[in-house]
Amino acid sequence: MIAQNFRHALFCAFITLVISYPILGLNLEAQGISIKLTGAETQTYVGIALAVLIVFLFQLFRPAILGGLGRVKALNPLVDRQPMPQEKRIRFERVALVLIVLGAMFWPFIASRGAVDLATLVLIYIILGLGLNVVVGLAGLLDLGYVAFYAVGAYTFGLLSQYYGFSFWMSLPIGAVLAAAFGFVLGFPVLRLRGDYLAIVTLGFGEIIRILLNNLTDLTNGPDGIGGIPDPTLFGMEFGRRVKVEGNTSFHEVFNIPYDSTHKVIFLYLITLILAVFTLFIIRRLIRMPVGRSWEALREDEIAARSLGLSRTAVKLSAFTIGAFFAGFAGTIFASKQGFISPESFVFLESAIVLAIVVLGGMGSQLGVILAAIAVTILPELAREFSEYRMLVFGAAMVLMMVWRPQGLLPMTRVHINLKKQEAGVTDHA
Amino acid sequence: MLEVRDLSMRFGGLLAVDQVSLDVGEREIVSIIGPNGAGKTTVFNCISGFYRPTGGKITFKGRPIQGKPDYKISRMGMVRTFQHVRLFSKMTVVENLLVAQHRHLNTNLFSGLVKTPDYRKREEKSLERAAYWLERVGLMEMANRDAGNLAYGQQRRLEIARCMVTEPNVLMLDEPAAGLNPNETRELNELIVSLKEDYCVSVLLIEHDMSLVMGISDRINVINQGRPLASGTPEEIRSNDDVIKAYLGEE
Ligand SMILES: Nc1ncnc2c1ncn2[C@@H]1O[C@H](COP(=O)(O)OP(=O)(O)OP(=O)(O)O)[C@@H](O)[C@H]1O
Ligand SMILES: [Mg+2]
Repeated sequence: MIAQNFRHALFCAFITLVISYPILGLNLEAQGISIKLTGAETQTYVGIALAVLIVFLFQLFRPAILGGLGRVKALNPLVDRQPMPQEKRIRFERVALVLIVLGAMFWPFIASRGAVDLATLVLIYIILGLGLNVVVGLAGLLDLGYVAFYAVGAYTFGLLSQYYGFSFWMSLPIGAVLAAAFGFVLGFPVLRLRGDYLAIVTLGFGEIIRILLNNLTDLTNGPDGIGGIPDPTLFGMEFGRRVKVEGNTSFHEVFNIPYDSTHKVIFLYLITLILAVFTLFIIRRLIRMPVGRSWEALREDEIAARSLGLSRTAVKLSAFTIGAFFAGFAGTIFASKQGFISPESFVFLESAIVLAIVVLGGMGSQLGVILAAIAVTILPELAREFSEYRMLVFGAAMVLMMVWRPQGLLPMTRVHINLKKQEAGVTDHA
Repeated sequence: MLEVRDLSMRFGGLLAVDQVSLDVGEREIVSIIGPNGAGKTTVFNCISGFYRPTGGKITFKGRPIQGKPDYKISRMGMVRTFQHVRLFSKMTVVENLLVAQHRHLNTNLFSGLVKTPDYRKREEKSLERAAYWLERVGLMEMANRDAGNLAYGQQRRLEIARCMVTEPNVLMLDEPAAGLNPNETRELNELIVSLKEDYCVSVLLIEHDMSLVMGISDRINVINQGRPLASGTPEEIRSNDDVIKAYLGEE
């Protein structure tokens, strides 16, 4: 046993050496037209040696170390807490949601301009998280290309405003519907796919959209992006110092108050808040409707769902379409908030962040998604000093989460349905 | 109601079902028996549209259904349970029953979002139907539990209730008594008879429990290694030499 462990550890250390020495220890330098092979600094060699040693020791004592990790799980404060009874949990979730919405309403009047701006971003991620939650959390379809629909919404607004002078309010429904149409179209090829295959195809789809945006230079201006995207207006009132679109009035002139650039930020925040609450409400209803139940049924057991007459096609397409719809929504708001969009904003990392929000929040749970969206957006901002280690901290947090609470922050609460007692007689049936 | 003629199903080199025929009339309980691996479940899978049979004809309510997708067959009024229980385990017991009733519900998105009177009425009706069947199979107290947390026997009964809320004409049960204790088996026996007598449902039954099968079946089909061995009333089957040799004798 020990001898075998030792041999295995030695082998792993050797592999580490073989892989890391040529990559880190040897440099190719171009000198004129010839290329010369040079060694690296001694520091690098020490690093490599250290890495080899660590791998060796870890592999040698792997059973002990992993056993220790198991005990870390026992240290988890949440581990043997009794789950709350169902009715209490439902009440808790409702109260928490109301409190969050109320708090969010007063937020812009107590917080700084920067904080309000950040909160707008949080709200956008909440909309995205709630939308992806439909696809991943409820329907159980792992979608790694969600950012594509976000991009469709944003670019719809960007292009419509650039070419046809469309306003925010006109573009919002168009962007969402167009994104939904893309969701529907993507739904078809992936209908038969499951698990890993589905993930790969959706990942590819997200990249295709981004590459298209990058390369359709005539239409989208390629990597240079689209600028000058207008802000939302309030009944034809603009929030800038000067009115940009003819026929509009200016907010500070109408109300005869001095111009203040925070008005615009606060207004955008409030609009986003309303749209986020709208999203929350709509999806909350959907979950309790036949369509929402069929999503979950498909996630739980596709064969049983089909045996009861549910069409896999219809259920999957509806989940993809509705999820994409809300991404389009968020995209339009994002374009308006930034005033400038480019393919840079729609890279795979965005999909990964939204997916992390859904998974951390606890698949299917709306309150969980909201809390996770807040955490995932704000924590990196707070840890700005460690900005180099941000992704590291983020990754570590995810790993700990998976070890301690694989079901997410707040697993989904089920709807409680009160049934009226029926006479179990035979006659009143049929 | 249901007619199966010369049904065959081939998996590569294995002929799992070979020329099996059977009939299920209105308000009949018809059983399929046979040793393990005889191809009983495969017959079910072909009839319910999970497999596309490689030969033969299946007619339901006078219409050919072989090759039709499973969900369409189920919508025509023929539903099934599974040898290994398949519930939506993370959903509650009522939700399991509501999912099954999607055809009775108003599935229009807009009606649901604004809760039109029609939507409410149908939702109400479905809940009544769910409550009725929960009461009927004795799961009323469990209504808001997660289906996955039920005891095994309860899960079996929920699966039958979930079929019954779709108001089927033919119910297919794949070894419903497997894993039940004698008490539960007796209740199941009564339930199946009542489904036929009181709810006008025809039942196609796969079962290894001989006393159950012999007690309630109108007709029995025996298959062995994919081929039909005998068919007839329980008395005929009991006295059939081939059957005794191939199947009953082994037990
Ligand atoms: N999808 C499949 N692919 C290949 N072979 C299969 C498939 N399904 C079933 N078989 C084979 O068909 C034969 C019949 O299997 P089936 O499950 O129908 O038997 P059964 O009569 O239901 O047995 P049991 O009483 O154990 O449930 C078996 O040999 C099985 O291995
Ligand atoms: Mg079987």
